[in-house]
Amino acid sequence: MTGSGPVRPTGSAEDGVMRVLLSSVPSDAHTWNLVFLQLALEQAGIRVRNLGACVPTSSLLDAVDDWRPDVVVISTVNGHGYPDGRHLIGEFRARPSSRSIPIVIGGKLGIAGASDRHRIRELVRLGFDAVFPDDSDFVELESFLRSLPTTTAGAMRSERGPAC
Amino acid sequence: MLTYPSASFGGYVDSAYRSGDLVVQPRMGFSAPETMRRGLIEVRRSGVPTVGTITLDSYTRTGDYQALRRALDDGVSLNGFPIVTYPHEVTASVLEGVWSSEFPVQVRHGCPLPEDIFAAISDLGLDASEGGPVSYCLPYSRVPLEDSIEAWARACERFAATSGRGVLPHVESFGGCMLGQLCPPSLLLALTVLEGIFFRAHGLTSVSLSYAQQTHPEQDLEALTALRRLGQEFLSDIDWHTVVYAYMGVYPFERLAAEALLRDAAELAVRGGARRLLVKTPAEAHRIPTIAENVRSLRLAAAAAAEVGNAGTSGIRRETGIYEEAGALIEAVLELGEDPGTALGRAFERGLLDVPYCLHPDNPGRARSYVDETGRLRWASVGAMPIGQVADTREITGSDLLASLYYVQRKYDRRASHEACVKPEGIEPGEI
Ligand code: B12
Repeated sequence: MTGSGPVRPTGSAEDGVMRVLLSSVPSDAHTWNLVFLQLALEQAGIRVRNLGACVPTSSLLDAVDDWRPDVVVISTVNGHGYPDGRHLIGEFRARPSSRSIPIVIGGKLGIAGASDRHRIRELVRLGFDAVFPDDSDFVELESFLRSLPTTTAGAMRSERGPAC
Repeated sequence: MLTYPSASFGGYVDSAYRSGDLVVQPRMGFSAPETMRRGLIEVRRSGVPTVGTITLDSYTRTGDYQALRRALDDGVSLNGFPIVTYPHEVTASVLEGVWSSEFPVQVRHGCPLPEDIFAAISDLGLDASEGGPVSYCLPYSRVPLEDSIEAWARACERFAATSGRGVLPHVESFGGCMLGQLCPPSLLLALTVLEGIFFRAHGLTSVSLSYAQQTHPEQDLEALTALRRLGQEFLSDIDWHTVVYAYMGVYPFERLAAEALLRDAAELAVRGGARRLLVKTPAEAHRIPTIAENVRSLRLAAAAAAEVGNAGTSGIRRETGIYEEAGALIEAVLELGEDPGTALGRAFERGLLDVPYCLHPDNPGRARSYVDETGRLRWASVGAMPIGQVADTREITGSDLLASLYYVQRKYDRRASHEACVKPEGIEPGEI
């Protein structure tokens, strides 16, 4: 993955540009991570809606219904990412309208530095499509986004089985 | 002159200053009560002039007690101490025999609606906390600024009333930090002074004004000097001191670099006449620091401060108008209303205060800043703030912003890796 060139569109927006809903979790006030990701995603040719810090899960779900993004990217660095992520994904996957939308989480997820493989696996089992611990590069997120199916979002959603 | 009760946060800092010591303080908070207690004990034993810190966790800050319970029940370690959720007996057992007139303890949080927290602090008899209606709202939440101003007014009044019990309640404004980075000095100064004025209006008579180390030592020294001048002008009728925060933005990754940055913060604090310094550790860029890392940083900072103390202070070569700019902002805000809280609310509504890159819905969001070629933090655009024309209003691109965000980290990491590679002179190869 070279990281250059426009990202392949997933086709949900009329103009074919991929749309990412970017958000933090309810307990996390950090915003520079969101500012950074917004810039990097936009630079990669992706349209971003940034919900900011301390987003209540209900507001995130409303924004998903309202905007129907191709992907949801959750970023959190305050060290509560594992418990907050676990709760968030439960609600996200329980709701029919967001059940099959791809969603990833990344950042400084715990308070102990080194990423916790056990907890990461748990987040994936509960429904995240990918987890990006602190040492992962933006390029990894970009290649994940590029790897998403290029079918129309609607078709993509109905074809995807329950998240692993 | 103010007379302090036998044991008070303000009094402790004052007497340390009189004996020529900078008080150094950790940022420290653990969710396990035993760990929190051990942390306070180790800090107290560090052998340097210090005060203890209890930093609260993010769930308490956001008032999400349900999520907090869930996490505790699941055995998750939090990023701070949940003072509201624990029964007071638990917190009292953490403090028992550690907290004393020789070792004051401050509660630091980051909560826009802090009444529960101040209730707990007051019930426990603690006398020091931190925050402010703006500085604990905009960087920490999406709570409407107006709600935060009202809640902070009530909380301050409640806290101030504890003086009836013979304590001198102290609140430190976090206005000198805001988002941790890229807020130019004049705005930081204005915000912390305005919050000091707000605290006084709600009955507090002992406050501290803060300033976080930014990107350029001389600019920081000018700012700190200006802050003391503004404190004298606006708060001379109450007890106040200035406190420096070691760099609050993206921290260097390498240990040597992190330590160099901390030493520079200690030097700044001493030269700028501050009485207290909040330290950071080499773990900053990576994770919550351990107790041992905190203690090491306290000693390192105290040693660095002592060295500067002997060297004496040096003047500022070039004044850049930080004092004038901060003064203009403060005056413009105070004109908006008798009540400082009302004035602060109106100021943000009208764009007279505008924090660069702050995503909070009540921040005007027009101001921009950057680090220039010489390392000084500057305005790129001031929005509607009454601080005159910026000579070179400029467009800030994404890569400009990233360069500014990582300026300090890169500068120190680069220098440290360079120094680590240079062999000491006069040593033969193979000798080390
Ligand atoms: C600035 C800062 C603040 C500011 C934030 C202002 C704001 N509104 O944004 C202030 C001072 C207010 C603040 C407050 C707090 N902070 Co803070 N903060 C920082 C600091 C110094 C810099 C963060 C920063 O600007 N980073 C720049 C951005 C661009 O990078 P980043 O956030 O690191 O994200 C990178 C990666 O993680 C990754 N990434 C992030 N998300 C995602 C998502 C995906 C999908 C992918 C692929 C990648 C990715 O990409 C980014 C670029 O590499 C860091 C330490 C550091 N890094 O030096 C601590 C730090 C993040 N804070 C921390 C904490 C704990 C807090 C507090 C809870 C206070 C406390 N207990 O100490 C509160 C937050 C309260 C709350 N409700 O959450 C801890 C987190 C500990 C942990 N996870 O182990 C840190 C690491 C400091 C520390 N060592 O203790 N903080």
